[in-house]
Parts: sequence; structure tokens; C-alpha cells
Amino acid sequence: MNILYHCGKYFIFLGQVFSKPERGRVYLRQTIAEIDKIGLGSLPIVAIMSVFMGAVITVQTAASLSGGWIPMSTVGYATRESILLEFSPTIIALILAGKVGSNIASEIGTMRVTEQIDALEIMGINPAGYLVLPKIIAAVLINPFVIMVSMFLGVFGGWLAAYTSGIVTPAAYIEGIQQQFIPFHVTYSLIKTLFFAFGITSISAYHGYHVSGGALEVGAGSTRAVVYSSIVILLLNYVLTQLLLI
Amino acid sequence: MIEVIGLHKEFEGRKVLSDINFTFESGKCNLVIGRSGSGKTVLLKCMVGLFQPNEGQVLYDGRDYHAMPEKDRKEVRKEIGMVFQGGALFDSQTVEENVMFPLTMFSKMSPEEKLDRVNFCLKRVNLDNVNHLYPAEISGGMKKRVAIARAIALNPKYIFFDEPNSGLDPQTSIVIDNLISEITHEYGITTVINTHDMNSVMEMGENIIFIFNGKQEWTGNSQSILESENDNLNDFVFASDLFKKMRQSLREKK
Repeated sequence: MNILYHCGKYFIFLGQVFSKPERGRVYLRQTIAEIDKIGLGSLPIVAIMSVFMGAVITVQTAASLSGGWIPMSTVGYATRESILLEFSPTIIALILAGKVGSNIASEIGTMRVTEQIDALEIMGINPAGYLVLPKIIAAVLINPFVIMVSMFLGVFGGWLAAYTSGIVTPAAYIEGIQQQFIPFHVTYSLIKTLFFAFGITSISAYHGYHVSGGALEVGAGSTRAVVYSSIVILLLNYVLTQLLLI
Repeated sequence: MIEVIGLHKEFEGRKVLSDINFTFESGKCNLVIGRSGSGKTVLLKCMVGLFQPNEGQVLYDGRDYHAMPEKDRKEVRKEIGMVFQGGALFDSQTVEENVMFPLTMFSKMSPEEKLDRVNFCLKRVNLDNVNHLYPAEISGGMKKRVAIARAIALNPKYIFFDEPNSGLDPQTSIVIDNLISEITHEYGITTVINTHDMNSVMEMGENIIFIFNGKQEWTGNSQSILESENDNLNDFVFASDLFKKMRQSLREKK
């Protein structure tokens, strides 16, 4: 019953978020600021993780295949597929749920407990729309770009590992990443990214918006935001994979 | 003028306010007084629409606030300013941006006109050279003054103050009280102040409602409060020795 209660409340919240903005230009400015904060602010951590994960996938795959009859170009193929299909869209989304999700929940939660949201409401502004809509739009617009950067850097990290460790020749790796490339896999990843971006921002904002109490509750709301965003990402990942790949 | 008629409010079956009937007059400092937890803030939040009362009406110059459609309520809200206990300034915006915010959202002023209005409002609350500071960089008293400047930016007809002196030293409290009083009389605003600061009550109490355990216990002004025979009110007002002595000397003079 509790889940049903929160689902209902979440959809009512979304109704408030998507109601007509008071001043379109102000929302646009907010959206641009959020693109910078949510997307570009996440690039460093996404870049570091992608390079290292690509490198690790390459080394692990090469270690599993070494001495066997399978051609070493398979290492490049496996790295590319792992990164494109799962690592970049899903694992990075889980990391963003931690970084961006907790940030959104704590920011909005703090505004709630310090009565800043009440102040907006009394001014005649729709606080849910003003605070949350720019974040959702920004994440949906910028996250596909962040994920594409992650894909590129992941594959590059694999090449770097091949080049520096010598466990597989760079030429074989390059040959592998070009094998049996299915462009739809990139589209599939980007479709997933759009859903994940919406989920992370809206669920985190929901948990921040409904905080009541003080600093302790803001922290608890932030944790709930990360946990529920992560669960929803995993659920959506399974459902979307079933729908799009089979 | 704001009229509160037969207002009741309860949370999960627990009565917080019962049968409040009071008229908050325009051009006057109207005070809501009472002990902590007596229901003052709930009354204020019912009046501004943050809480929906279970029963009763709140009339803004005859307009039934809780019965009107949301669209009309938004229009009334543009006539309301509110200064919260902690100021409720937007942390991510500078002082200038905070005061300019309602103008950006609801006025059709040019950027220059908005800046002029912001500077006028900040000057009105005696603040200079703070435009580019963030709320975290200014003192509690300055935050209150910025919040007042933001509240008057759109020339409101009604201003609500929730504990305007909490956390301030006595001198700054007097500055804030004088400011509220000046603004109220200068612009003819209906000012509603929620306080348990007795200095404010004596200085500004032109029209007072005393709430005790969620009920309207007494109404009057700063003069009649000294002569009241209401025990609950006297326990609240004359809790300190200073006020006990003040009452005593007034009675002896008479």
C-alpha cells in the first residue's frame, strides 16, 4: 500500500512539475544553468570511470581468452559491446543517480526545510515546476551527450590498456572494435539514457520535495533518492532491453 | 483588510485551531501573539494558503481566498508578501537577485527599472553595498531586512511576518520593529505579525489577537493588554519580572 501511495503521489507531483510555467524565459535560463551543473559538472567523474572501466574490461577479457583458439580481436569486440550496451548507459546512470540524484534531493530538501519552497508558493509561483522542470529537461538533453563521451572514452581506455600492457596488440583491438558493429546498439543505449535521466531527476526531486523536518530528514531523503533511483534504473534497464533488443 | 471567520484547523484528528474570528485592519500592525505551539504559525499558514483550513473563511478585502479557483488565488498571492522566521532567502542567489526575483517573475519592468526598484527597496530597509553578497555572507538581521525588501518589491497590499525578531539581539529587533511599523503606515499595508516578543507587542500592537491552546482567547491593543484581567493572557504577557513591575507601577499611578 505504501508503494501505491508513493506512486500516486509521484504522479501527482509530476502533474505539478509539467504544469504551465509562469515565465518561459526564466525557466530557459534555469535549464541552461542546470545543463552546466548536471551534465558538464559530471563529465570529469564520468571520463575517469569510463577510461578505467574500458581498460579493465579489455585486460579481463584478454586474460580470459589468452592461450586459446579465439582470435584476440575478440577482446576489442567484447569491450565495445560491454561498453555500448551496458557499461556506459547503465553503470554510468547508477553513478549519476548517486552524484546528481543526491545533489538534487538535498538541494530541494534543504529548500523545503528552510521554507524557501513556501516562499516561492506564497509568491504565486509553482515551486515544483520552477525547481524541477529545468532539471528534468536539462538531464534529458545533456545525458545522451555525456553517455556518448563515456562510450568513446571507454573504448579508448581499452585501447590504452592494450597499448600499454601489450596483453593484446592495438591493431587486433582496433580490428575487434570494428567487427559486427550494429548501429542500433548505440540508439538502444541512448533511448535507455533518456529514460534513466528522467528517472534520476524526477525521483530524486520527488524525495527532496517531500522532506519534512530538519537536516537529518534531508540526509535520509537524499539516501532514499539514490536507492529508489537505482532500483528504477535497474528495472527500466531490464524492461527496455526486453522491449528493444528482443 | 483581512477577515478570518470561523477558522478551524486540525492535523490527523488533532485540533490545532478552533473557531478563530478576527479582522486584520489595513494600515495597522496586527499582531498574533501566544506561547510557542499555540497555533500562531498554523493560523498564518492558513491565511496565506500554505495550509487548507478544515472550516472557515479567509477574506482578502471581501474575496474568499480558499473558495476561489487556483488561478484567482495566484492573483491574490501576488498581492501578498511574507517574511519567514529564517528569512527564506534563496541561497543560490545574491541579495540583488533575491529582491529582483518577484519582479522578474511577475512584472514587465525593463532590467534598468528592476534594478532601480531593487536599489530603492534595499535602501528603504537601510541596506547599502550588499547587492552582490550571498545570504550566507550576511548577518541574521541583514537577512531579515533583505527578506522585507523582497516582500515589498511588488508593492504588496498584505505582508505577513513570522517571528520577525527571533534570533536577533534587542537593538536589531527594535530596528526591525521600527522598519515594519514605518512600512505599514507609509504604504497603508495590512501587516500581520506573528510574535511572542513582548517589546514588539508593546511597541507595535495596534490590533492584537491572543491565541491560547488553539483558541482565540483575547483581542485588543497594546494599551488594553496592560489592563486585561484574562489570566492566560496575563501569565503570557507578564511572565518576566520587568513586565510585572511595569504593570505594578501603572496600577499604582492609577
